[in-house]
Amino acid sequence: MPKKKFDVLNSRAPRVDAAIKATGKAQYADDLSRTGQLYGAILQSPLAHARILSIDTGKAERLPGVKAVITAKDVGLTKYGVSPARYDETLFAHDKVRYVGDEIAAVAAVDPATAQAALDLIKVEYEELPAVLTIDEALADKAPQLHDDYPGNISAEVHQEFGDVAAAFKECDFIHTHKLVNKRQDGGFIEPHSCVAEYDHDGRLTLYTSTQVSHYVQRTVAMVTGIPIGRVRVVRPCVGGGFGPKCEATPLELSACFLAIKTGSPVKITYSREQVFLHSRARHQFYHEMTTGFKKDGTIMALAHSCRLDGGAYSSFGIATVYYAGSLLGAPYRLPNMKYDGMRVYTNKPACGAQRGHGGVAARACFEQQLDIIAEELKIDPIELRMMNMMETGDTTCNALDMSSLGMKECVNAVKKGSKWQKKKGKLPDGKGIGMACGFFVSGAGYPIYRSDTFHSTAEIKVAEDGGTVILRSGIAEIGQGANTMVAMIAAETLGIPLADVRVDSGDTDYSVDLGAYSSRQTLMSGHATKDAAENVKAQILAVVADKLKMDVKNLDIRNGFVKVKGRKKLDFAKFRDYYRKEHRGWPNMPDGAELSFTEAARMAFLKKGTIVGTGKYKPPILGGKFKGAAVGTSPAYGGSAQVVEVTVDRQTGRITVDDMTDAHDCGLAINKTMVEGQMQGSLSMGLGEALFEEVKFDEKGHLMTPSLGEYRIATALDMPNIDTLIIESGEPNGPFGAKEVGEGAIMPTIPAILNAVYDATGVRITELPLTPERVLLALKEAEAEKNA
Amino acid sequence: MKKCHITFQLNGRTCEVLVDPNQTLLSMLREDLSLTGTKYGCGEGDCGACTVLLDDEPVNSCLILAAQVDGHKLTTIEGLADGDKLHPLQTSFIDKGAIQCGFCTPGMILSAKALLDEEPNPCELDIRTAISGNLCRCTGYQKIVEAVKAVADDCQGEN
Repeated sequence: MPKKKFDVLNSRAPRVDAAIKATGKAQYADDLSRTGQLYGAILQSPLAHARILSIDTGKAERLPGVKAVITAKDVGLTKYGVSPARYDETLFAHDKVRYVGDEIAAVAAVDPATAQAALDLIKVEYEELPAVLTIDEALADKAPQLHDDYPGNISAEVHQEFGDVAAAFKECDFIHTHKLVNKRQDGGFIEPHSCVAEYDHDGRLTLYTSTQVSHYVQRTVAMVTGIPIGRVRVVRPCVGGGFGPKCEATPLELSACFLAIKTGSPVKITYSREQVFLHSRARHQFYHEMTTGFKKDGTIMALAHSCRLDGGAYSSFGIATVYYAGSLLGAPYRLPNMKYDGMRVYTNKPACGAQRGHGGVAARACFEQQLDIIAEELKIDPIELRMMNMMETGDTTCNALDMSSLGMKECVNAVKKGSKWQKKKGKLPDGKGIGMACGFFVSGAGYPIYRSDTFHSTAEIKVAEDGGTVILRSGIAEIGQGANTMVAMIAAETLGIPLADVRVDSGDTDYSVDLGAYSSRQTLMSGHATKDAAENVKAQILAVVADKLKMDVKNLDIRNGFVKVKGRKKLDFAKFRDYYRKEHRGWPNMPDGAELSFTEAARMAFLKKGTIVGTGKYKPPILGGKFKGAAVGTSPAYGGSAQVVEVTVDRQTGRITVDDMTDAHDCGLAINKTMVEGQMQGSLSMGLGEALFEEVKFDEKGHLMTPSLGEYRIATALDMPNIDTLIIESGEPNGPFGAKEVGEGAIMPTIPAILNAVYDATGVRITELPLTPERVLLALKEAEAEKNA
Repeated sequence: MKKCHITFQLNGRTCEVLVDPNQTLLSMLREDLSLTGTKYGCGEGDCGACTVLLDDEPVNSCLILAAQVDGHKLTTIEGLADGDKLHPLQTSFIDKGAIQCGFCTPGMILSAKALLDEEPNPCELDIRTAISGNLCRCTGYQKIVEAVKAVADDCQGEN
């Protein structure tokens, strides 16, 4: 696609929210306070699996300063969750608790200390039950059962086959099998979940909350509280990172809502860092086994893949996760035959959910290692092997995913050149290694999480009556990734006005329906809705201008804040300018140039039609195949990425240092280049953490052993190398101005590229994450012993 | 509980507060003084989101008692700009794209300020070390390091 010239897009404009964040003025949920506000706290189970015999809240209720105590008796037993087919949670446990941290009661008090003290006074009698803490324990004969409705502790099962894997294997020259297991990861966002709920005398509930999806929270809150959805308003203040775990309604939010309803006062609750880990909803632990068949010329023929997921006590986003773990291997390589058997298992631990690269990260780590193993077997350069099998724009995967644009080959070539691969591969000294991997990801889920023909995004643009400011109102989620800036830039470009003239109000369910920040959807979907709304506003304004100034509207356009006329004809607007100046006598910045300004044109439209409001909407077309689970993995577009990583492995200590990372990502078109690089660099640091040290651990009773950011280590400034970030722009026909995702796809190649680099450095393949010094050292010693045996 | 009366310099002005003897500095700033630019991220000194400057040294305000700042000088993110004029680090963070979710930003900027006040010409390792106690999950740190470096380079240009 030939690249267009843009006035606002494709630049390095500073974020629209940067100044308030740099000065400490940005308000996050815990920064809010309302008059008469109470503080909530939540009682959580100390046992991994137990029957609740009785709950006595009497003492807590009598503690001075306590305003309300609520349990399942008060809030009911409405089941909720993420996928309507798997609503398996109630706000409070009533018959039994299923993990250490399961919620039992909540209190509201005049200050946080009183609320905490009240929790200690709630007496719960338990009958402890045997717990299942691993997949094997959960699947064993006569294993203790978590949920009556889901026998065998099976949360979800998937069996899919595309093509004929058994027949294809017969045609293969080589067949290779290997396994990989990652560890449960945590979102690691720096802002703990926090919210403030208030309930007014008219029965209206307002919830200010740190969420990625105001819309899903609104629906769940309405369903669980029984308040009509039109009376539930969810407002998202600034959010301090999400990465997946803030996608769904939390017990924190629901508790605050019920406490606000009961007390009539605003209630704030904030999770402690330990509670963030206990709530989890982050990356699952995956056990992958993959068998890949290929021909001696390097053609990949078939993949047989099985995966088991340790899901924790509830489903959360896990139904989508178990499907994604299979479907996201459909691309970016031509893979004509693919079989997938996936199973998500309930265990007595916090529930896992969605996290950056949803479902696909560990699968990708396993598969990209396979490719390197095959390349070595065939004595083909790993990049060569990938390029031979790489899909191109226009290809469709065996599981019916349409690659409407795919700049994968460009990404691979870019990192090959950028990393000086040919000078390094096979030529580095022992202990130093270079590795590469690729990945791809959806640019927005093709279907919402509940079955519906809903628009995935709607937006409203209002022009201030003096024409000086354009206000964009949308339900989108700015969680740090730059969504507000993205829509502001798209609105400014479409309307033909400077970015500074657009103000974004977002995250409020009163403004519009938007499915929020997950599955890397906002640039494509919310971007489209914004563009649609801006085109509508522009058309309204230009129609009035054309009418007033007796022009054909087809000859009019707006650019850089001025009405432009095609051809030689000039706009005669002197009369209107005089009128405008009289209307604004005494005002500064009066228009006086040779061109009719947007401000004047917008004023003209206001005088004729009243407040100018334009709306926009977007939903994807019907996508994907007809098989069970076909929806998961569909998307109007796919982002792709390639990465080369260089490492040093210290053979004495097992310590790995990542020295260099070269990353290329096809984002279709970079709406904002700085922000695209920021997403790439952030993704890589999360991937590096998962590869090298992140692991949520539990003891044999199901207690969390890593409840802090000291024990659970994420990458610091000293762990990260500088990354060479290369932006590839393939021009996506289904994206606004050609744009598609970058937020999650960029994490895909990081772990396998590190694993492949470690192999290159040491000759040892490690198939369990994270690559802690201990694990690496043991692997090196084992390899040494095998060699000497 | 008997309150403690403390007096200290806060962002260039004298400030008097009655605090609980067991109250953290973070709690006093956020709850008593409504200075919410200082963030609660973990409450146990791991994340650095609550970093403030105590006598120009970066400290985790969640690990210090409010009573300990009696007689000392305190700088929070709200005290960095000079009226409408942002501190060069704030401008640089904005220009270089060093801010994403922004939750670590106040603490990050203050740690960087402490470094540049002490060492106007830091090498990259100095910068990375100085901010290694400030966790950021969004940026991968690269643009933060670039932003600090750009201010250091500008200082060099001026000298």
